[in-house]
Amino acid sequence: MSWFSWQRVAAIARKEFSHLRRDRLTGGMIAGIPIVLTLLFGFAINTDVRGLSAAVVDEANTAASRALIADARATQVIDNLVPANSPWEIEQLIRSGDVSLGIYIPADFDERIARGRAPYAQLLVDDSDPQILGTARGLSGLTLTPISQMRDSGIFEFRALYNPERRTAVFIVPGLTGVILSLTMVLFTATAIVRERERGNLELLITTPVTSLELMTGKIIPYVLIGFVQISLILILGTLIFNLPIRGSLTDFYIASGLYIVSILTLGLWISTVAQNQFQAMQLTFMTFLPQMLLSGFMFPFEGMPRTVQWFAEILPLTHFLRMVRGIVLKQAELSSLTSELWPLAIFFVVMMTLATWRFRKSLD
Amino acid sequence: MNDGVAVHTHALTRRFGNLTAVDELNLNIPAGCIYGFLGPNGSGKSTTIRMLCGLLTPTEGDATVLGIDVLADPESVKRKIGYMTQKFSLYTDLSVAANLKFMAQIHGLGKTAARTRIDQQMERFSLAERQGQLAGTLSGGQKQRLALAAATLHEPELLFLDEPTSAVDPESRREFWEFLFEMVDHGTTILVSTHFMDEAERCHALAILDKGALVAEGSPPQLLQDIPATVIEIEADASITRAARKALLEATDIFDVAHLGTKLHALVDQNRAQPLDYVGNILGSAGLQGQLRKIDPNLEDVFVMATRDIRPGLAT
Ligand SMILES: Nc1ncnc2c1ncn2[C@@H]1O[C@H](COP(=O)(O)OP(=O)(O)O)[C@@H](O)[C@H]1O
Ligand SMILES: [Mg+2]
Repeated sequence: MSWFSWQRVAAIARKEFSHLRRDRLTGGMIAGIPIVLTLLFGFAINTDVRGLSAAVVDEANTAASRALIADARATQVIDNLVPANSPWEIEQLIRSGDVSLGIYIPADFDERIARGRAPYAQLLVDDSDPQILGTARGLSGLTLTPISQMRDSGIFEFRALYNPERRTAVFIVPGLTGVILSLTMVLFTATAIVRERERGNLELLITTPVTSLELMTGKIIPYVLIGFVQISLILILGTLIFNLPIRGSLTDFYIASGLYIVSILTLGLWISTVAQNQFQAMQLTFMTFLPQMLLSGFMFPFEGMPRTVQWFAEILPLTHFLRMVRGIVLKQAELSSLTSELWPLAIFFVVMMTLATWRFRKSLD
Repeated sequence: MNDGVAVHTHALTRRFGNLTAVDELNLNIPAGCIYGFLGPNGSGKSTTIRMLCGLLTPTEGDATVLGIDVLADPESVKRKIGYMTQKFSLYTDLSVAANLKFMAQIHGLGKTAARTRIDQQMERFSLAERQGQLAGTLSGGQKQRLALAAATLHEPELLFLDEPTSAVDPESRREFWEFLFEMVDHGTTILVSTHFMDEAERCHALAILDKGALVAEGSPPQLLQDIPATVIEIEADASITRAARKALLEATDIFDVAHLGTKLHALVDQNRAQPLDYVGNILGSAGLQGQLRKIDPNLEDVFVMATRDIRPGLAT
């Protein structure tokens, strides 16, 4: 009997598909998670926002300052004005979520304008919400109509309160494919073997001639296909709803995705050999998901992170996939120019697959 | 086959932390028979079977299964045996046919060979009409037949059955044993664990396990013959059986007293002369009345005798 038989791999893969067909919840998650997350993230970063509340401190209270407030309101971005007494109070209101913006006009507003001493006023922004961040950037470009002799186009000093990063929709949606897969792919495989152990199926399975490698390979094959389905779904939603331009080659995109999918699937497999039950598998999945989402460059710019964190982030598959997918989708990069991102994924795949196969024992010890 | 020995163990031991689940087990199981492991829950039956299947590593000792050293080469053992786990371990969300197909492929049966074999098995175990039904929705007896069909798909020389009939009705149990006898007739060796006396009686040979140790071994007639006790059956009013049992247990020459239905079985040291009078006197001095009868021991008596707690000051 051979040590690796495609017949056994196919049997396991086919069985896994049958489980998925019966399991409505997981089946729903295959389409549900990408759709919901893409819509949520996608709309959250839509910059076309109207009807915000703003807290206003007008210490100047002159004709010019009142005109500025009226202009800000005329943009229809700000709908509701909440009077406040100090910049400190504005921050309180933003923190509590009562308002999203704050306008602070200092007592010497007129004098600053007369002398051209920018900044003339301050716009405080709740940039914990990327939606508002984009909007505020629009407001900061506002010019004051009555004072036409102004040299700067901007009146406000732009001050982001929490996170000075700037993002746009197109920048986020390609990365979102990677983020979503790093959750779903790992979750599916992490629970796949643990579930068999919990249900007692594994005791029978490991008393057959099946080898670890056959089992591991058979377990990931169905999810590779599901990964491609999910990634296509996100891409279609991105193009249809958020006008995501796909500038590079789709083939390159799918090749890069394929490598990324198999490498994170092996991460799930490895979790499956470590976790004792499905709950632990779930916890471990989130423990791998969070650092990937936070440190890969999806949430915060990679360059802004400390050196040591960057080194760590280079291990994460999502880091490399993000660079590839942004390169291909947005900058029309060729896959051949992205080899420096391809081989770390290949190494990750080989190492994790080996670890999982090696860790998985055909024994109950 | 290896001098007709299917399983041989020497001082086979398995500990879980401080607990010794299997304690220096020496077994010699001949090929071509039904060999039973009889023991109460927790006596180490499953642990022993798992070690013999190559699923658990023994803490100490050796085991040879079908001539293969299990410790050195568990994978070769797995290829030659069939194993029916105590808990149903096929896929409840797959159909009967899908489960069998999966197992056939895992065992490396070719496409056409698998199809013929599956049809054969479904026919034999009366599963053909249920082939499309999900395994999880089968009755206890049907599940057990499916599990047996799956465990014997690849026609193993040696079959391990861990309490195969604990979840089925007596009728299915009888039918199940017919299958086993059929297989033995065709040369398969069967190792089956049970806690049912009627099943144990049907085995060619038995090992009685208690707290992981082998406490008695032999064919059922042999065990009945070798029991070092005379069995006195006591029929008494239900209200006094507890008091009677208590009084008898205090006597030095009574090994144990078993409750069988409405009757008591007192196991009296066989060296004791006049066992009937002996038991009668004990009951009399406790002010208790009952009808006494000397009877032939049954397997339950053997079992009680073998698994009794050794009380201090008792002759053995
Ligand atoms: N994996 C395990 N970890 C710890 N203790 C175990 C394990 N498996 C079995 N045991 C213990 O070993 C003893 C024997 O168990 P088992 O072999 O299942 O008995 P049986 O099958 O005769 O009911 C029991 O006390 C049980 O609790
Ligand atoms: Mg058991």
